[in-house]
Amino acid sequence: MSNKGREVILSIKHVDVTFEQGHKKKLVAVKDANFDIYKGETFALVGESGSGKTTLGRAIMRINPCSAGEILFEGKRISGKIPKSEDRDVIRNIQMIFQDPAASLNERATIDYCVSEGLYNFHLYENEEDRTAKVDKALNDVGLLPEHKSRYPHEFSGGQRQRVGIARAMIMNPKFIVADEPISALDVSIRAQVLNLMNKLKAERNLTYLFIAHDLSVVRFIADRIAVIHHGEIVEIAESETLFEYPVHPYTISLLSAVPMPDPVVEKSRKHIVYDPSKLDQSGEERVMRELRPGHFIHCTNKEFEEYQEKIAQMEKERGL
Amino acid sequence: MERNVIISAKDIEVKFRVRDKYLTAIRNVSLDLYEGETFAIVGESGSGKSVFTKTFTGMLESNGMISNGSVMFHDTDLTKLKKDKEWEGIRGAKIATIFQDPMTSLDPIRTIGSQITEVIEKHQKISKDEAKKQAIDIMERVGIPGAADRFDEYPFQYSGGMRQRIVIAIALSCHPEILICDEPTTALDVTIQAQIIDLIRSLQKELGFTTLYITHDLGVVANVADRVGVMYGGQIVEYGTVEEIFFEPQHPYTWALLSALPQLGVKGQDLYYITGTPPSLYNKIKGDAFAPRNERALNIDFVEEPPFFQVSDTHFAKTWLLDPRAPKVEKPEAIHDLHEKIKKMTDKGGAFHVE
Repeated sequence: MSNKGREVILSIKHVDVTFEQGHKKKLVAVKDANFDIYKGETFALVGESGSGKTTLGRAIMRINPCSAGEILFEGKRISGKIPKSEDRDVIRNIQMIFQDPAASLNERATIDYCVSEGLYNFHLYENEEDRTAKVDKALNDVGLLPEHKSRYPHEFSGGQRQRVGIARAMIMNPKFIVADEPISALDVSIRAQVLNLMNKLKAERNLTYLFIAHDLSVVRFIADRIAVIHHGEIVEIAESETLFEYPVHPYTISLLSAVPMPDPVVEKSRKHIVYDPSKLDQSGEERVMRELRPGHFIHCTNKEFEEYQEKIAQMEKERGL
Repeated sequence: MERNVIISAKDIEVKFRVRDKYLTAIRNVSLDLYEGETFAIVGESGSGKSVFTKTFTGMLESNGMISNGSVMFHDTDLTKLKKDKEWEGIRGAKIATIFQDPMTSLDPIRTIGSQITEVIEKHQKISKDEAKKQAIDIMERVGIPGAADRFDEYPFQYSGGMRQRIVIAIALSCHPEILICDEPTTALDVTIQAQIIDLIRSLQKELGFTTLYITHDLGVVANVADRVGVMYGGQIVEYGTVEEIFFEPQHPYTWALLSALPQLGVKGQDLYYITGTPPSLYNKIKGDAFAPRNERALNIDFVEEPPFFQVSDTHFAKTWLLDPRAPKVEKPEAIHDLHEKIKKMTDKGGAFHVE
């Protein structure tokens, strides 16, 4: 599918994020991230812990500053110094859903307050009645009841708490949501609830998600496009189906091979492929993103690019394309 | 098949005293583990899977108590042991545990080496040098590259996966007969998880211990287990060989757990999920604990607790559906032909195929 003509909502342009580590030592957490997110899609960023996926999410939220490059939201730069009024706009339009709903809600505040906090901060209500109506609606949208308002976070189950976390983000009427591992802390049986809810809200409001996760099996279900990130570098970007059917980068393949399959016969005969960067091209040539097939990008050197091309051609041939 | 039972829990009931109220966390659970096998207990958080296995090592929190039942290990009833002194020689030595979070099970301000040798010295009467030699040997065995050089490093200098390898090394340093793995890979990345699972398996093959896995991840269960027990509301509701549990599950809760796996999700359709919440363990549970969340529950499920029905020599399930008088209820569509579905996904051209 061609991405030409689709409206770009968020554009990440050659972004680096570095952290200072004491004297003159620097840790480059994200290196040269460069991609667009289109309006209305779910874009997944998948990687292991320490890969920089959360850092990049936080760079979009303006929590971590970019040390190079820039981030554009609806064509306007939102990284670096921006006027205060624009900053407030960004905060309203880009909301975040956190991993651990128990840790991200104020345990001493009622659900009413937790959900209204954004409204208070931005005076987004005309009067008390209006605020109550908005909170009720937000709770209703995520499948909670108005009577839950007077309760405290600890009185809810994990899945319900995460719904409060989502209601809190949604009440701001955002256009873009950064969801950082929103289901990792939840039980298997309630993960599905939260994913279904996110899908439903997305369809109703034409939202765009950046879904940060470490688990490819979850991402396959929810994402339209996927970027795989390893050690701060995005190594492969493709449409969700393409990435699963034609994985090319050895790191993506290793991630795929590690997804546990719920079938003892299959699982016990599966080989786990360990990613070994030393098997890549060692010529020292700098790797850049190259387009292997329309919309399918891969981080590689010239030599690797040729190998990957051969590989994907082989896969297509086998599948009779 | 004649096999030796290594540990046998009978009718275990565990209660916790919480603010003058009693909570029954484990309700009459019996389980035999066979020598050398890998048994996996799977269930949601709060189902009691950790609490149950803590009775094997006497590590219940201080407000908890075993109010009924016995755990026979060789000729000792472990439920009768009270003092730490009585546990010496069993806990850590014969029955060792690996916990979920390797950061909290290691002492952050002591070197890795000293934490391993401490255990070796405590349980075997040997010299310091000999203990160090053994420690480095076991570090190498669990796959720490440059073990001798990393002996004097601290936990923070190790990655999460390496730390979990150290925890495994410590657990195995006394050659236990039973290794309890309590969510050993939940805090780790998928690729590291695969490595740790492979490591535990190869060590088990080499050293011959019995493994008891506790996990909520059915993918992990499929990989590691010979037999599986499904836990819900403080009880084991179904157990059998791993093939029986995945391909011929009988209990509606097992059906629900399997159906909720994102691996089985179809894009564009809602994923299956279990409505409601697990039962409160403060109140007496009437009937089948899962009935309120089970859309196919029978009337009797709300009235009387089902007994275990035998499905095969190795497969038992605690559901009224197996009673000859029960109406025929089919397992959900999503988990029909599970093997064919998964095979399609992992065969050439499938979403999880790799070469």
